Amino acid sequence: MNISEILFYFLSAMALGSAIMVVVSKNAVHSVLWLIITFFAISGHYILMNAQFLGIVNLIVYAGAIMVLFLFVIMLMNLNADTEPKKNRWLKMAGIVAGGCLLLVLVAALKNAEIRGQQAQFNEGNIGLIQNLGEVLFTEYVVPFEISSILFLSAMVGAVVIGKRGD
Amino acid sequence: MMHLLAMDWGFVVEKMILIISIVSISLVIAMYETYAERKVAAIIQDRRGPNRAGPFGLFQPLADGLKLFMKEEIIPNTSNKMLFVLGPCLAMLTAMMTSAVIPWGDRIHFTLFGQDRYVSLQIADINIGILYIFGVVSMGVYGIMIGGWASNNKFSLLAAMRGASQVISYELPMGLSLIALLMMTGSLKMSVIMGQQLDGWYNVLYQPLGFFIFLVCAFAECNRTPFDLPEAENELNFGYHQEYSSMKLGFYLFAEYINMFISSAVMVTLFWGGYDIPFVNDTELVKNIGYNWMALLQGGTMFIKVALFIFLFMWVRWTIPRFRYDQLMNLGWKGLIPLALLNMVITAAVVLWLKK
Repeated sequence: MNISEILFYFLSAMALGSAIMVVVSKNAVHSVLWLIITFFAISGHYILMNAQFLGIVNLIVYAGAIMVLFLFVIMLMNLNADTEPKKNRWLKMAGIVAGGCLLLVLVAALKNAEIRGQQAQFNEGNIGLIQNLGEVLFTEYVVPFEISSILFLSAMVGAVVIGKRGD
Repeated sequence: MMHLLAMDWGFVVEKMILIISIVSISLVIAMYETYAERKVAAIIQDRRGPNRAGPFGLFQPLADGLKLFMKEEIIPNTSNKMLFVLGPCLAMLTAMMTSAVIPWGDRIHFTLFGQDRYVSLQIADINIGILYIFGVVSMGVYGIMIGGWASNNKFSLLAAMRGASQVISYELPMGLSLIALLMMTGSLKMSVIMGQQLDGWYNVLYQPLGFFIFLVCAFAECNRTPFDLPEAENELNFGYHQEYSSMKLGFYLFAEYINMFISSAVMVTLFWGGYDIPFVNDTELVKNIGYNWMALLQGGTMFIKVALFIFLFMWVRWTIPRFRYDQLMNLGWKGLIPLALLNMVITAAVVLWLKK
């Protein structure tokens, strides 16, 4: 076991454990906080694979911005453990069946996939570094990149229009 | 196990010593910032300020710390206990974390067991340095939000919401003003940005508008007057730390002073040449006096520059009255963001024109 492997197992355990806690927690605010810890673990995985840019942007965008908005909404709604409605037993069963089906499909799809033969590259590979990523994004993938930016712009305009309607 | 033992333990020890010393220096500086703040306030208001504990009142921060420790620790009955304790810890943690990527000096040199060792005075020289700072700053909201919510108090919650939306709003112009800087430097590494300024042409000369926007945003991110709305005492009693007492309150107040110190250091590094000694050719000087004396001089220069910025923070606090909340939002979204965008476009055009 070298230090990368130890880190890998530690981060994986952290990601899985906190992801389970997101689902299990009764309090919605606790769920959000566990989700933030999950994002930290995933960012750790990115950094372990030398994808520094992805790792830090995952933190800034997901843990830093989107989760703050989640917290905003949940805190203002005042959801407490005791106000949580009792769920129907049949609904729970349906949830288990649906989740199991998804698991089945994922396992079936990944069982024979090419990716199984590939080892993750620890601490090597330069594609995740910001310079290489920028070059690839602005040369090879410039059209999809610009299209996605237009998508964001339209989403922003839409949000402003919806926000203005109240006046 | 052998792989674990085979790593460079000297490196680990060096980094540990560096981390511990930078953290303790930040804490001591934050302590004396509280003293300086009262003295500056006193001078501006034509008073004497603290002068009882020790010569010139120099032991005042120690007395204050002791007082905070001695106070009764109160955890409200209806609060969420775990998160209530977590809040101030997070505020403190995120305040300290940014110091990891700031270069505090060039390097020191010593001989150990007949081997030359050069130790860089920067904890981590990662090539996403500026993004790392942004990541930590965006985490800073959680200390306020969790503390405010866990108190289970209307005023705390309102203040936490204000604080969070203020920090998020001012992160945007801050990022945009830095993009213009990054177009010029072409690197996200703090050491590279720092190294480009060693010739005395500081980035602020090329990016005055960018620096101004960054400065205003830094005030807002630190929740300092004129943007200290999260703790506006005449509207919200005492803000998000209303329910806190004893050292937990001390942590929140302390985190603000550490934030001030660290954001001054970031501003100095990015815009004012960091540890570069002004009007002196550093590469010539280092040949004459050696690395260690140079590191000392550079560190001193850095701290003088940082101290000037901290003074600016205090000067503004005791001069300018607080904004109203809608004015704050208007300034952020309708004033600073368009200004930062303009700055970005102009910088991009000039960079492109010069390259042709």
